[in-house]
Order: sequence, then C-alpha cells, then structure tokens
Amino acid sequence: MKLTLKIWRQADTASDGAMHTYEVDEISEDMSFLEMLDVLNERLNSEGEEPIAFDSDCREGICGMCGLMINGEAHGPQVTTTCQLHMRSFSDGETITIEPWRADPFPVLKDLCVDRSAFDRMIQSGGYISVNTGAAPDAHATPVPKDNADRAFDVATCIGCGACVAACPNGSASLFLGAKITHLGELPQGQAERDSRVVNMVAQHDHEGFGGCTNIGECTAACPKEIPLDVISQLNKDLRHAIRRGY
Amino acid sequence: MTDMPDTTFTSDPSHHQDTQETDDAAGYYTPGDPIAETKAPGGPIEERWGTRQFEARIANPANRRRLSVIVVGTGLAGASAAATLGEAGYVVKSFCYQDSPRRAHSIAAQGGINAAKNYKGDGDSVYRLFYDTIKGGDYRSRESNVYRLAEVSVNIIDQCVAQGVPFAREYGGLLDNRSFGGVQVSRTFYARGQTGQQLLIGAYQALERQVAAGTVRTYTRHEMLELIVVDGRARGIIVRDLVTGEIETYFADVVVLASGGYGNVFFLSTNAMGSNVTATWRAHRKGAFMANPCYTQIHPTCIPVSGAHQSKLTLMSESLRNDGRIWVPKDAKDADKDPRDIPEEDRDYYLERIYPSFGNLVPRDIASRQAKNMCDEGRGVGPEVDGVRRGVYLDFAEAMERLGRKAIEDKYGNLFDMYAQITGEDPYEVPMRIYPAVHYVMGGLWVDYDLQGSIPGLFVTGEANFSDHGANRLGASALMQGLADGYFVLPNTIRDYLAEGPFDKVPEDHPAVVEAQQSVRDRIDRFMNTKGTRSVDSYHRELGNIMWEYCGMERSEDGLKKAIDLIRGLRDDFWRNVKVLGTSESLNQSLERAGRVADFFELGELMCIDALNRRESCGGHFRAESQTEDGEALRHDDQYAYVAAWEWAGEPGSQEMGKPILHKEQLTYEFVEMKQRSYK
Ligand SMILES: Cc1cc2nc3c(=O)[nH]c(=O)nc-3n(C[C@H](O)[C@H](O)[C@H](O)COP(=O)(O)OP(=O)(O)OC[C@H]3O[C@@H](n4cnc5c(N)ncnc54)[C@H](O)[C@@H]3O)c2cc1C
Ligand code: SF4
Ligand code: FES
Repeated sequence: MKLTLKIWRQADTASDGAMHTYEVDEISEDMSFLEMLDVLNERLNSEGEEPIAFDSDCREGICGMCGLMINGEAHGPQVTTTCQLHMRSFSDGETITIEPWRADPFPVLKDLCVDRSAFDRMIQSGGYISVNTGAAPDAHATPVPKDNADRAFDVATCIGCGACVAACPNGSASLFLGAKITHLGELPQGQAERDSRVVNMVAQHDHEGFGGCTNIGECTAACPKEIPLDVISQLNKDLRHAIRRGY
Repeated sequence: MTDMPDTTFTSDPSHHQDTQETDDAAGYYTPGDPIAETKAPGGPIEERWGTRQFEARIANPANRRRLSVIVVGTGLAGASAAATLGEAGYVVKSFCYQDSPRRAHSIAAQGGINAAKNYKGDGDSVYRLFYDTIKGGDYRSRESNVYRLAEVSVNIIDQCVAQGVPFAREYGGLLDNRSFGGVQVSRTFYARGQTGQQLLIGAYQALERQVAAGTVRTYTRHEMLELIVVDGRARGIIVRDLVTGEIETYFADVVVLASGGYGNVFFLSTNAMGSNVTATWRAHRKGAFMANPCYTQIHPTCIPVSGAHQSKLTLMSESLRNDGRIWVPKDAKDADKDPRDIPEEDRDYYLERIYPSFGNLVPRDIASRQAKNMCDEGRGVGPEVDGVRRGVYLDFAEAMERLGRKAIEDKYGNLFDMYAQITGEDPYEVPMRIYPAVHYVMGGLWVDYDLQGSIPGLFVTGEANFSDHGANRLGASALMQGLADGYFVLPNTIRDYLAEGPFDKVPEDHPAVVEAQQSVRDRIDRFMNTKGTRSVDSYHRELGNIMWEYCGMERSEDGLKKAIDLIRGLRDDFWRNVKVLGTSESLNQSLERAGRVADFFELGELMCIDALNRRESCGGHFRAESQTEDGEALRHDDQYAYVAAWEWAGEPGSQEMGKPILHKEQLTYEFVEMKQRSYK
C-alpha cells in the first residue's frame, strides 16, 4: 500500500521540532509499524537524509521501549504496543501522523525518542520490597492465596511504556503508579512497607510534574497491557489509610 | 611486576594432550597452551562451592566504601549483581544501552525458571538437575560449575518470592511448577508466559532500591565501547553517552560484564534489536578469551519470516509442542494448498515418524534440524521468501478435538493471540506455521570457577559467559544461570579479588587510558567519514544471511571456509563503503549500529573458525561430516571433550597476525558418565 506519513522531527531537547511529510510506497500489510519506519529510514539514508530516530528493543511487546502517538492515539488504533501493531490495521492511501509521547516529565530527546527516567525515579522512591540477597525465607514459608497472587500478577504486567501518561489529558502517571502499589500491596511480602511506599511514591510522582487523576480513563484505554482503572482506586485507598495512620 | 595477580591458566606442557585427529581449521588459527587451572576446588562435588565460599577472602566492611565495581548490563545477570554488591556496601556503577535498566533483554523470556526445589515430590534433587544439565549440554560443560548452579537454584526462588515476584500459584497458595523442555520432573517456576519480565522487575526494583540508598549509580542510554586494562588488570570502561554522543571514561577496581548474548550476529534472531557483542568483543580484543563461540541454540518454534522487511523473529514458547503436532505435506506439490484440504494420509508427521518415542517433544536442536531438512526437500509451507518456503505446520486440530477449544485457549491463549497479531491468521482455524530461529548462544567469554575471565579483574556473568550450558542449554535454565551468577555466585567470588584492593588510582593520562579513548574516537570518526553508499543494516542483513546459511543449523568444512571468505570480503567492503549520516555528537542510531555490526563481523569469522575446528556434532553444533548412518549427531569425546578458548591475535585476515590462538581446556567427568544421546 501507499501511505502519507506526517512525522515529528526534532534535533534535540533544546531545539524546536516540526512535522515533516513523507510518502511511502509498497508497504506490505505483514510489516509491523516499526518495520514500515525501518523501510522509510533505509530510503532516507540512501537519499542522504538522516534517518528518523525512534526507540524499540524487544519488538515483542514486552520491554516497553517503543511508543509512538499514531493519529493521536498512544500506540495507535489497537490495544497493543507500537512494535506489535501491524500495517494491516491501516488502509491504502491513508495519512498517518506520528509523534512522540507528549508530557512535560517526558522531554523529547530527538525526533520520536523521549526521556522516561521519571519512571525509574518513582520506583526508587519506594517501588520495591526491602530484602537483601540471601535474607529470604523458604519460598513456601508464606502461602499466598491464589486470588491475591493472580491479581498481583495481572497488574505486575505493566511494561513501563508511558502510554498512560501520553494518553492522559492531565499527564498523570496514576495508572503506572497504581499498578505498582497494587502489585506489591496484594502480596504478604509487601505489607511492611505498604504505607511508606504509597506516600513516598505519590510524592515523587507529583515532584516529577505528572498531573493529578480526574478519572477520565484514557490511560486504561491506551494501556497495551490493559491495566484496569481500579488500580487508581486502590492507590487512593492506600494513600488514605497511610495518612490516617500518621504517615 | 609484583602486583600482578596469579593468572588463572598455566602453560604446563605436560597437560597438552592433543588427541585431535583432524585439523580442519589448520591455517586459520594458531595452537596455544592448554588451560590447566579453573580454580574449582577438588573433593566431593557437593562440598566444592562451600569450600570456595569459605576460602574466598572477605573485604573489610569499612573498606568496601572505597572499593568500586562497574557492572555493564542490567539484565538478570547484571541487575542482580549490581543490587547485591550495592547491598554489601561496594560503590557500584551500572550501565545499560536502553533508557531504563528494566528493559534489558531478559524481560522477553517467556517459559520459566528451573530450580531443584522438589516441591512436587516427584524425585527431583540438586543432583538430578545437575545431571540433566550436564547431559543436556551434551557433555561439554564443567561438572563443578553445573553442580553449583543446581545447588544455588533453590535460593533464587526464595529470593524472588521475597521480592514480590508473582509466580503462578495453586489454590492452596503454594507455588505451581510445570515440566519444561522434555525433562521428567516438574521443576519449572513460571509467571504465566512472562517469567523473564517478572524476574527482571524483581531484580530491577532491588537495583533501584540501592540507587535510592546511594550505593549504586545507573547510567542508562550509555554503551560500553572499550575496556581499559592497566598493568594487566581490568580497571575501567569507555562508554558513549547515546544521547549527547559524549565519550566518557569510568574507572573501578573491578569490571563485570553482564551484557547478554550475541545471537544478533545472525541479524534475524529472537534477541532484542540492540543485543550485541561489543562489550565482550572489546574485552576479547584486550585479551579475554572467547570460549566455544560457535555453540548456538536454534529454537524450533518461532514465527517464520514473512518478507524482506523482517527486522526480528518472534519466539513462541515451546510448551506449544506439548499439544501441537508438527507436519508437512508428503508431496511438495501440496505446499501451497490450504492445509485443511490436505487429507491425513497426505501429511507427514515427521517427528512422530522418525522419533516414535519422543515424537514432537524431541530436543530443540533435533526439532530445528528436521524442520530445515523438510524445507530443504521442498516440502516447506507458507510464503516463498527468496524462492524457498521456510515453514512447517504446528497443528492443534487434534488437541482441540480431544481437550476442547476452551482448554487450548486457557493454556495457550496469549500465544495464539500473539501469533494472530503478527501473521493475521487465526491459529484456532488454520494450523500455525513455525520455523527455527537463533535464540541463545552457549558460547561467550571464558571464565574460571570464580566467573573471572582471563584478564584479572574482569568478571563475566549470564549469557555473556560460556560457563554452564556446554554445547546446548536446557529450557528455563538461562534465567536460572543469570540469577545464580548475579545474586549468589559472583558476589561471593568477587570479594576474594576485591580483598586485594583498593588498587592504585589510575591517572587519566595513563597511556592505556589515552590509547583506549583514542581508539574509540578513531573508530567513530571512521564511520562518520567513510561516506559510502550502503546502510549499516544492509551489511548486517548480508552478514546474517552468510552466518545462517553456513554457520547455522548444519555446518560443513566447505561451507565454513566459504563463509570465512565471504565475511572477509564483506567486512572490507563495509569499512570502505558504509554510510552513516548525522553527527557523532548527538543521538545517532545508525552510528550505534555501525559499531555493533563492525564487531559482529569479527565475531562471525571466529565462530566459523571455531565451528570448523570442531569436527564433531554436539548439542547445538551439527557438523555434516559427523553423523551416524541415520543422520543423527555424532560426538567424538576422545578428540573434542574440551572447551575451545580463543585468544585474540590481531585483526583477522591479515597475514602475520589474525590467526586466533586456541587454548584447550580439557573436560573431565568424575561424577557423570558420558553417553551418546538417543531420542529414537
Ligand atoms: C524470546 C526469548 C525467550 C526466552 N525464554 C527463556 C525462558 O523461558 N527461560 C530461560 O531460562 N531463558 C529464556 N531465554 C534466554 C534468557 O532470556 C537470556 O539468556 C537471559 O535473560 C540473558 O540475561 P543476561 O542478564 O545475561 O543478559 P540480557 O538480559 O540480554 O541483558 C544484557 C544487558 O547488557 C546491556 N548491554 C549490552 N551491551 C552493552 C554495551 N555494549 N554497553 C552497555 N550495556 C550493554 C543491555 O543494556 C542489557 O542491560 C529466552 C530468550 C529469548 C530471546
Ligand atoms: S500502566 Fe499500561 S500504559 Fe502505563 S506504563 Fe504500564 S503498561 Fe504502559
Ligand atoms: S519494542 Fe519492546 S515493547 Fe515494543
């Protein structure tokens, strides 16, 4: 198929960016979205124009490295990651706009690449269970009810891609944060630090400049791992409890 | 030089037992001294690790704040090591090329992690896991290392559960296990199809906890481009900040490489796009031996190539082979028919036919090679790419009839969805198409029992080393090895080395440092200034094709020699004609790839030389010249029961130098008897 691509290009964080238009031809529907960009980049390189920078690594939908706004939707029209989106989701002759994540805490580094280190700093503020190597009891010492274990797993599948932030009109990272609070809070091992974790992580979230949640739900609609909105209720509940207990 | 530590290999000629009858690689390499010492303690195998831990010196806790460690890589092997060393009080610097430590390639592992917990009471034990791993590795790994791996496997599960890793559980709240990769016991722990992700997030969180505690500093989007060796010791690295392009130098008392595997030398593999050999190859060029580089694992159940645009291959868990039946049409004329219209009697369930007792569950290398044979015979299915159909059917029709569609959905739903997403076909209706793909490399930097390489002060963990899997790795054992190395082995052995430190501060203007910095800059300038006509990717793809054709599932003397010539020619052309646009002082992904591909060229040649030298079939390495009458792999224990550890000897292909030096480490089996595999 033949497509018109409008792609954001920006030399670095300090420079201004702009949309550029490229025509591509002979795109097969079996290509992934990123392979389509690979094909364009090969052509740009041969024409002497610097290829477009975009992030990806696993290309299997699990590392969370990729992420593009495609026609205004985070990761495009399907519930999946950008790397798992295939060209059969588009039709011949279509115009596609491609932009980086837009959020103040995710500055653009170049073209379609952004800096998501704010997520790492949120984890540093409390997104862990404190146990030194070698200090663990036998794994069967504490049974975990299957429902809690399954729920913990379901929300631990978050890949830290940042689509929830990019999709949110408030630029909130509440879905990402709620997923971590719920993952660790569902498990007996996570109880000792439950109060301090939520208080410190919320403080870091706000410090990074992410916005507040007003229950719009765009985050969960964009999330490739279908993290449910109720993790944000859990987040709020844990925060209330912690504050009540004097944290 | 009094401060030179003992090197870990000696050149005692009495150990030289050259029994190799053929010398296929003659002219391509230089024979070197054998490796006689691996530092493993003697005595009963179950006491060796305890002995080593006890004998390894402990650095004074007060001194640890003055001892620094560089860890390159944040996968299971790197993040676990960095976190644990941080907890112990050392000053740790951790590097990765992705934008977050959590994105290391370990994240993609699906199936599970082995541990000899025997929670199922089905007869598993440390000894059985040890035995299975030695046998699975086709008797080409070290007994001492493998026993230790099996021993610490149980601690890994405890540690991960305590960190909050949400493994699958049974209704009683205890951990669930499954049987994996055709072994007789259920010892694999898993978190649905995302075990690697959950284990890595556990290690990543432990790492970030140490960042908060101030013991670890992380450097993301930083790529190691050179190792600094001063007075015979590894003392630092040179990295490029991938955002600003700045070349930076970091020093430490010890350097740990946990940079993963090099399967991307084949261009198409199940590895992440950025997986590379650069970190280990740069160390190799500085003197670290590269062991068994030709041992590659090719996984049978991947989604086939769909066209020339293909950028990577996707693995589908081999658990699919528990219920799916593999077949091709009996007659090549049926290759493009709708498979549902091919009647039973015209199908060849070739694995069930050739291996009646193991059927579809034969080991990975056999399943892969037979798929290739079927396609070479012209009986492959799916689209033609470059004139050949490379695919075989994996059919669930019978399983769905037997168990019901719902049962198949419950077991494999996420894999079926992934398949549908990528191919646009519905595997509940039409049989899946699969084909083998490069998945894992058993080869890597040579290490001794302490995981120390042949350069003192250079330690290597995870897939980057060669240590535990011999010529073939069992399913669910790479995750086990990565975490065993990082959480439990390395922290206990590195302390012995660090107890000698802190070493003298390296001056910034030390000639070794200046030379290393200059060589990094020169290389980058060369890429930028060549201004040729071909893209980096086009070279990488062509190199990958050569490797896949001649150093893939089946290797032969003629093919490998041809490959070496082709690689040399292509490499020369690359250096004259590569085209890298943009600048070196900014984020430049073509430049990043150029450096990786340049190193893949040199590695690819060494892999071919190693494969050429090893005129036997073992594990993942199948030499056409060494097979039984009915086409099965044939080992030659009398000649090749050794680790081939290669020493760099200068730019390959040049007249005087360039002939890598082969050091052999003989493998002896005191506890397990060597047997030929048979799956018939
Ligand atoms: C699709 C897939 C599925 C798998 N499934 C399983 C499974 O079910 N069970 C199992 O046991 N094994 C499995 N494996 C194998 C296993 O995942 C890997 O062998 C293992 O995770 C490797 O871990 P590692 O820590 O050694 O390296 P990696 O996880 O690859 O990490 C490498 C790290 O090094 C860094 N790095 C690399 N080069 C540089 C450089 N030059 N400079 C700076 N940093 C660098 C990277 O940024 C990264 O942080 C699977 C592999 C694949 C590809
Ligand atoms: S919650 Fe979903 S959208 Fe947000 S970072 Fe996690 S996976 Fe991405
Ligand atoms: S590249 Fe890893 S999730 Fe898309």
